[in-house]
Amino acid sequence: MAFLKLIMFLKDYIKDVFGAIKSLATGMKRTGYYFTHHKEIITQQYPDNRETLHLPERFKGEVVMPHDENNEHRCTGCTACELACPNGTIKVVTKFDITPDGKKKKAIDKLVYHLELCTMCNLCIEACPSDAIKMAQTFEHSVFDRAQLTKVLNKPGSKIMDGVE
Amino acid sequence: MWSFSKIANIIHEWLSQTFNVTWTTIIEMVIAGVAVISLFAVLGLVLVIMERKVSAWMQIRLGPNRVGPKGLLQSLADTLKLLVKEGMTPNGADKFLFNLAPFIAMMVAMLLLAPIAFAKDFQLWDLNIGVLYVSAISSISVISILMAGWASNNKYSLLGAMRSGAQIVSYELSAGLSVLAIVVLTGSLQLSEIVNSQANGWWIFKGHIPAIIAFITFIIAVTAETNRAPFDLAEAESELTAGFHTEYSGMKFALFFLAEYANVFIVCAIGATLFLGGWMPFHIGNWNGFNNIMDWIPSSVWFFGKTFFLIFLIMWFRWTFPRLRIDQLLNLEWKYLLPISMVNILLVTAMAILKWHF
Ligand code: SF4
Ligand code: SF4
Repeated sequence: MAFLKLIMFLKDYIKDVFGAIKSLATGMKRTGYYFTHHKEIITQQYPDNRETLHLPERFKGEVVMPHDENNEHRCTGCTACELACPNGTIKVVTKFDITPDGKKKKAIDKLVYHLELCTMCNLCIEACPSDAIKMAQTFEHSVFDRAQLTKVLNKPGSKIMDGVE
Repeated sequence: MWSFSKIANIIHEWLSQTFNVTWTTIIEMVIAGVAVISLFAVLGLVLVIMERKVSAWMQIRLGPNRVGPKGLLQSLADTLKLLVKEGMTPNGADKFLFNLAPFIAMMVAMLLLAPIAFAKDFQLWDLNIGVLYVSAISSISVISILMAGWASNNKYSLLGAMRSGAQIVSYELSAGLSVLAIVVLTGSLQLSEIVNSQANGWWIFKGHIPAIIAFITFIIAVTAETNRAPFDLAEAESELTAGFHTEYSGMKFALFFLAEYANVFIVCAIGATLFLGGWMPFHIGNWNGFNNIMDWIPSSVWFFGKTFFLIFLIMWFRWTFPRLRIDQLLNLEWKYLLPISMVNILLVTAMAILKWHF
C-alpha cells in the first residue's frame, strides 16, 4: 500500500515537473516569436507619425454625440448614461419641449460632459438605449484652462431626430 | 594570428626585460585591475542596452531608439546621467554600511572574474580549486545586499534584503550540486582543467541526460542567485519599490546596477566554462574539415559567444516569466530542484565510475 502511494506520488511529481517545463517552454516560444518577428511591434512613434497614426479600433479618446446633417441627434434625455457613469462625468440637463400637437415632451437641454473626470470606461455608451453617444478616437486633449474640458455634447440649436423615442 | 595570450606574453616579456621581478608583478597587477574595471564598464554598457532591446522586442515594443544609431548609445547617456546625479544618503541610514554596501557588491563581482578563462591560456588566476573559489565568493554577494537593506533603515529595503537572503542561501545548494556534477565528471576543481577535459566534446553533449539536467538546474539556480526575474523578489519593483536599493541614487545605485550585470556575465561565463566548454571550439567527432574551420575561429570569440548566448537565455527568462511568490520560490528549490539534483548527482557519479560518458 505504502509502495503504491509512493509510486503515485512519484508519478504526480514527474508529471508536475514536465508540465512546468512544457508551460514555460510555451511562454518562451511566444516571446521568442515576438523577438524574431519585428513586424508585430505595436509601438506608435507619436508625434513623428502624427499624420499616419494608426489607432486600434478599440482605442477610446472621448465621448461624443454624433449629429446628422440636419443638426439632429438621437438623445432622448433619459439620463441612463448619467446613472451609468461611475464618477459623475455626465450631467443631463433636461427641458420640456412642446410637441406640435400640444403635448409636453421631455428632451435634453444640455448634455454636459466633464472630460477631465472621464476614465473612458465605455459604460455610458453601453447604457444608452438609443445609441446617441459614442467614443471618438481624438486624444490630444491638453488645454491651458480646466474649464475648456467641460463640454456640452449636443450642438446649439440641435434637436432630436424623428422616430427616436 | 593575434590572440589574448600572445598579447599578454609580449607585455610580460617586455616588462620583465625592463623592470625587476617585483615591479613586473606590481605593474601586471595594475594592468589586470584596469583591464577588469574597463571590462566591467564595457559589459555594463553592452548588457544594459542588450537587455533593453531584448525586453522591448519580446514585449512587442521598439525599445530605446533615439540616442545614437538605432539607440545604441542609450546606456552611455544613462551612465552620464547617473555620474552627475547626487548620491544621497538618507538621514536615518547607517552611513558607513550604507556607503560600503555597493562597493562590496562590486568587489565580489570583480573577485569572481579571477579564475575565468577568457581565451586559450588567458586567465588571471588559474587556482587549483577554481570551482570552490567561485561558489565561496559568490555567496558573499548576499552580504552586500543584506547590508544595503539593513543600513537603508527602510522597511521595503529590509524586506527585500531578507528575501534575497532566503533565496541565495537556498539556491546556493542546487547551484553547487549542479556544478558538482561536472566536477565529478572531470575529476578536477581547476577551471582550466575542466575546459581541457572538453576538448573532445562539451560536457552537455558528453554527459548525456544527467548533464542536461544539471545544466537546467544550474541555469535556474543562478538566475535566482543573481536576483533576476522570475526570482527578483529582492527587488520586486511593483511591491517593494526596488527592494534593497530603494534608497540608493546616483553612482551608488549605478554600482549595484553594474554589479547585477557583472554577476549575470560571470555566472554565464561559469556556465559556459562548465557545460559548454569555455573557449573550446565546437567539434563533431572526426569531421576534420569542419573541426578545422571551427578551430580557426579565435578562442575568445567562442568564449564570449557562448557566454552571451547564456546571457540571452537568462534575459529571455526574465522577459517571459512572471515573478514567483516567496513560498513558490522556496518550494521550487526545496521540493523540486534540490531532490532532483541530488538524484542527478548520484546518476552522474555512477556514470563517471562506469565510464558511460564519452
Ligand atoms: S466613459 Fe465612463 S467615465 Fe466616461 S462618461 Fe462614460 S461612463 Fe462616465
Ligand atoms: S445619451 Fe443616451 S443614455 Fe444619455 S440621456 Fe441621451 S439617450 Fe439617454
